[in-house]
Amino acid sequence: MENIVTQIQGVPLNHYIIFCSIMFAIGVTGVLIRRNVIIIMMSIELMLNAVNLLLAAFSAYRGDPTGQVFVFFIMALAAAEVAVGLAIIIMVYRNTKSVDIESLSKLRW
Amino acid sequence: MSNLFILLLVPVISAIVLCFIKDAVRAKWIALFVAILELGLSIPFLCGFIPDASIQFEQHWMWVESLGIQFHIGLDGISLPMLLLTNGLIPLIVLSSFRKAHKGNFFALISFMQAGLLLVFLALDAFTFYVGWEIALIPIYFICALWGDGDRIRINLKFFVYTFFGSLLMLVALIYLYNQSATPSFEWSAFVALDLSESTQRWIFWAFFLAFAIKIPILPFHTWQPDTYTHAPAAGTMLLAGIMLKMGVYGLIRWLLPVAPLGALAYSQVVMALCVIGIVYASIIAFKQQDAKRLIAYSSIAHVGLISAGVFSWNMEGLQGAIIQMVNHGLSVVGLFFIIDILQERTETRTLAEWGGIASKTPRLATVFLVILMGAVGLPLTNGFIGEFLLLKGLFDYGVWYAVFGGLTLILGAVYMLRLYQKSMLGSLSERAEGIVDIKGYELLVLGVIVFFTLFLGVWPKAILHLSEASVVNLLNQIKF
Amino acid sequence: MSELIWLIPLIPFIGFVVNGLMGNRVPKAITAIIGCGVVLASFVLSLFVYFEVAAARTTGASGEIYVHLFDWFTVGKLQVALSFLADPLSAIMLLIITGVGFLIHLYSCSYMASDTGFGKFFAYLNLFIFFMTILVLGSNYLVMFIGWEGVGLCSYLLIGFWFKNGSYASAAKKAFVMNRIGDLGFLIAMFFILEAFGSLEYGTVFAEAASMPMGSSTLLVITLLLFVAATGKSAQIPLFTWLPDAMAGPTPVSALIHAATMVTAGIYMVVRSNILFTLSPVTMEVMAVVGLATALLAAFIAITQTDIKKVLAYSTVSQLGYMFLGLGVGAFTGAFFHVLTHAFFKALLFLGAGSVIHAMHDEQDMRQMGGLRKALPITFITMFIGTIAISGIPPFAGFFSKDEILAHAFQHQPVLWVVGFLTALCTAFYMFRLLYLTFFGKFRGTETQKQHLHESPWQMTLPLIVLAVLSVVGGFINIPEALGGHHSLAAFLAPIFEAGSMHAEALTLSHSTEYLLMGVSAGGALIMGFVAYNRYVRKETRPTADTDASSGLHKLSYRKLYVDEFYDALIVQPLKKLSVGFYKYVDRLGIDGFVNGIGNFFIGAGKGIRQWQSGYVGFYMMMMVVSVIAILLYAVFSI
Repeated sequence: MENIVTQIQGVPLNHYIIFCSIMFAIGVTGVLIRRNVIIIMMSIELMLNAVNLLLAAFSAYRGDPTGQVFVFFIMALAAAEVAVGLAIIIMVYRNTKSVDIESLSKLRW
Repeated sequence: MSNLFILLLVPVISAIVLCFIKDAVRAKWIALFVAILELGLSIPFLCGFIPDASIQFEQHWMWVESLGIQFHIGLDGISLPMLLLTNGLIPLIVLSSFRKAHKGNFFALISFMQAGLLLVFLALDAFTFYVGWEIALIPIYFICALWGDGDRIRINLKFFVYTFFGSLLMLVALIYLYNQSATPSFEWSAFVALDLSESTQRWIFWAFFLAFAIKIPILPFHTWQPDTYTHAPAAGTMLLAGIMLKMGVYGLIRWLLPVAPLGALAYSQVVMALCVIGIVYASIIAFKQQDAKRLIAYSSIAHVGLISAGVFSWNMEGLQGAIIQMVNHGLSVVGLFFIIDILQERTETRTLAEWGGIASKTPRLATVFLVILMGAVGLPLTNGFIGEFLLLKGLFDYGVWYAVFGGLTLILGAVYMLRLYQKSMLGSLSERAEGIVDIKGYELLVLGVIVFFTLFLGVWPKAILHLSEASVVNLLNQIKF
Repeated sequence: MSELIWLIPLIPFIGFVVNGLMGNRVPKAITAIIGCGVVLASFVLSLFVYFEVAAARTTGASGEIYVHLFDWFTVGKLQVALSFLADPLSAIMLLIITGVGFLIHLYSCSYMASDTGFGKFFAYLNLFIFFMTILVLGSNYLVMFIGWEGVGLCSYLLIGFWFKNGSYASAAKKAFVMNRIGDLGFLIAMFFILEAFGSLEYGTVFAEAASMPMGSSTLLVITLLLFVAATGKSAQIPLFTWLPDAMAGPTPVSALIHAATMVTAGIYMVVRSNILFTLSPVTMEVMAVVGLATALLAAFIAITQTDIKKVLAYSTVSQLGYMFLGLGVGAFTGAFFHVLTHAFFKALLFLGAGSVIHAMHDEQDMRQMGGLRKALPITFITMFIGTIAISGIPPFAGFFSKDEILAHAFQHQPVLWVVGFLTALCTAFYMFRLLYLTFFGKFRGTETQKQHLHESPWQMTLPLIVLAVLSVVGGFINIPEALGGHHSLAAFLAPIFEAGSMHAEALTLSHSTEYLLMGVSAGGALIMGFVAYNRYVRKETRPTADTDASSGLHKLSYRKLYVDEFYDALIVQPLKKLSVGFYKYVDRLGIDGFVNGIGNFFIGAGKGIRQWQSGYVGFYMMMMVVSVIAILLYAVFSI
């Protein structure tokens, strides 16, 4: 444990923050500009993982395990989300023969 | 027998029972039986009522204990005429819908509405009052929206939303007053005893006034009324015009002026002006109406304008006149709408231009029509005269010019009412009316009862006036401008 | 007996109810017997009342019989009792109403015999007698008002009796509405009276009024309003146009309601309230001027009318104007005397005209008549008497009453007398014109009409004869002192005017002046009779047809001074336009438009906002990101 902490602390915190920000931004951009639902799901995963990494980094630097607990929660939640999300996508694909986000325009008044 | 709660319970039970009756014939007889039973049940109150200022036959128990909300009903000289009016007119209204094959649900709604109306007139707790106020609105909405004609859904949506808007303003005022009262309470007596600043009373006044003014309706809040009256079924129009609008006037007397007298004082000139302008304005519009129901609807605006003006003149004559005129107006308007319904059913039109010369075929109808019409225009020895005389006297004491302009109703009323009579009854017989048959049976009974009371109250107005006299005196002594 | 005066209105009311309920289900004879019988019973009771009052008067008492039936309503300080008062004034009015009324009922038995609405007609007539007797018997203004409006209703019903004719129904409506304008004045006047005196009872009001100063503004307002009421009921300028139209009703109705009784209610009311009027000189002046103007104007119109009933109608308006002139110059007794004599001769003239119309098969146009005196001798003679009486030729009734008014007018202001005299000349002219056109010359109607010419049955001629006799002798009850009489009527009525007498100007003209005035007016009337004879009998001038363009003045008169057209353009049409305008633009477009506008605003707002809910998930996500950034930025900058 001690070993891992020192290893994590081997990289400066700023680098973590910058890296995670970039990764998160890539995720957001992916969600916004891509039209394939599967890729959007993947982008969301990217965003979640960016947050996870940042939580782990802060946790190590501050010596507070709470952050790591959050990471586990998020991973579990992401797994559930993917399961449900992929199921929805499959259903959508069955109905529309497409995984284009534009085909999901029924959600309106 | 003198249990007020039974009076409320009977229509509710009858409404529930009627809901399940699909057979039109059975439904109407049950409805009539219950309506007459209800009328019979209210007679002990008339006999047992001691004409003084006290509140009698009181009943109250805790409704929502944690909030101090009571269920509180009672009778005094102002609510008794309203009680009699409601219970007296409902049998006539039920009877007037007899030839239509309505199922139980129609009569159930009427019964349910009766309960709501009675609750309004009997309530001595603002919460109870408000419950009745809203309960009465729901059945009439369905009656008008389901059995009406023309563009009924849109019109009734407007009616509902409009009146509901007013009610919500009143609710805000009620909650404010509730918070102000010492022990949180919705009691009428607690509200009246509140010592509110003038600025508070001013907005309270408007909150209440809008609710009542929309219901009555007073110019310029009246535009829902002609449409709703015109396109409602006859029974709905009678309920609306005959009884429901009295809720508004009653509200003015019972709640608005006692609770916010300083507000009323501050704005009484404005309101009086509105009422008096409304009288002339609505009368003038009634001149040229082609639809008979719409004509009566506008005439009704003129009449209730005078009644409201009488209330705001806040003197003995004005208030007594308002009370007796509410009864009179209920009678005459129910009669007139019934006659129009009879004519509409037999000639399949309501347009004045397509009527004419009917009197030569239907002497009985022409006679009762004329008597009711004369009641409506206030000919002496009919009930309308006493009402108009007292109201105008009240207005006169408030300000001469109000009486002069309000008195124009005497002339203008004669113009449009006689036009209605001439276009329908007189002249040469129209094609549509050729096969018309005279009224008989229960039609004659309904109109006969109305004619009887039109004349009876004209000769013996004391029957109503002595009931309310002491209460009005008491009210005037309590609240002095 | 005197406690039973409430039977006088009640009996005709019973007649109304019975006849109204039975309608045409019983033989006409029974209807007629009931209809006439109840009025006769009332007449007999009225006679009893009269004799009782007269007996009291001979002993010097005021002769008032007061009967309190019940309290009508009591509100606060306002107490109104349904109570009756018989005094010299109402006793005489009762005699006129029930007496002339009975004769006219009798006449109607035959006149209306072939009408399908026989029962209804008698019911209405009885109802009229009921209301009219209430009017004169009331002991306070509100009871008077019952009758006042009630007779308006009966007038409405009877003018529109033949309601299948649309224009008759319109005439009825016009009468009712114009009367109502006056009624509003009455109502407001009552409010002022209540404010000033705290009561509507004549006794209280007059007693308190007597102590008020001359020209008090309260009294001015009250009397002006009462006068407005009188102009409505008694057809004075500006509310006179309903009366000529009211001739749409059956002729007995015109005789009873629109000549003898109802239209004189205004005069009765002023005479009754004489103390109020004497104390308001301004109102008196107004009344004299309006009365005189009406008299002249109506007489001017009557000269060229060709409808026999229209001539008589305008003549009635004119004579009523005379009465108001009399009231205005303080000749209360004179005016009331004229009410009395006018009731006789005008009822006579109308019934005579009815007899002519009956004989001519509902022809009312005098241009189609002529030479009827041989076929209708009784009608002719009686109408001749009536004409002489109304023209003011001695010793017939009209002479005495008209002379008394003119004498007072002369004393008050000679100009009034001059105009009054001119009017009297016109009156004589048009009445003789009517007589000559109808009864003299050659018959101008169709052959069928000629063959059917007949004298009316006894039910119709008997009333004519009785009224003719009364028209001859009626004037003798109030012969002026100048002619050696005692002013018996004035003496009888004295208690009515007691309070006001100290303010009223008594007739102080010398006997020689009076002789001169009488001579001039009587001579003038005779001359006009001869002028008319010359024009219509010797030269056989015939009135021009409707379409003929005649001289300006003639046309003006024939077209009734365009008053109806004037009112139509000035009041009726604008009101109609206003009604449509209010409805279409103010109510629907303005107020309702505003209300609907609020609703439409929310509907529109909803429509606008729901565009955001496009359904595109990508758009939602974008909005989410933008919002998150916006919130973050806000958080950063708000720190």
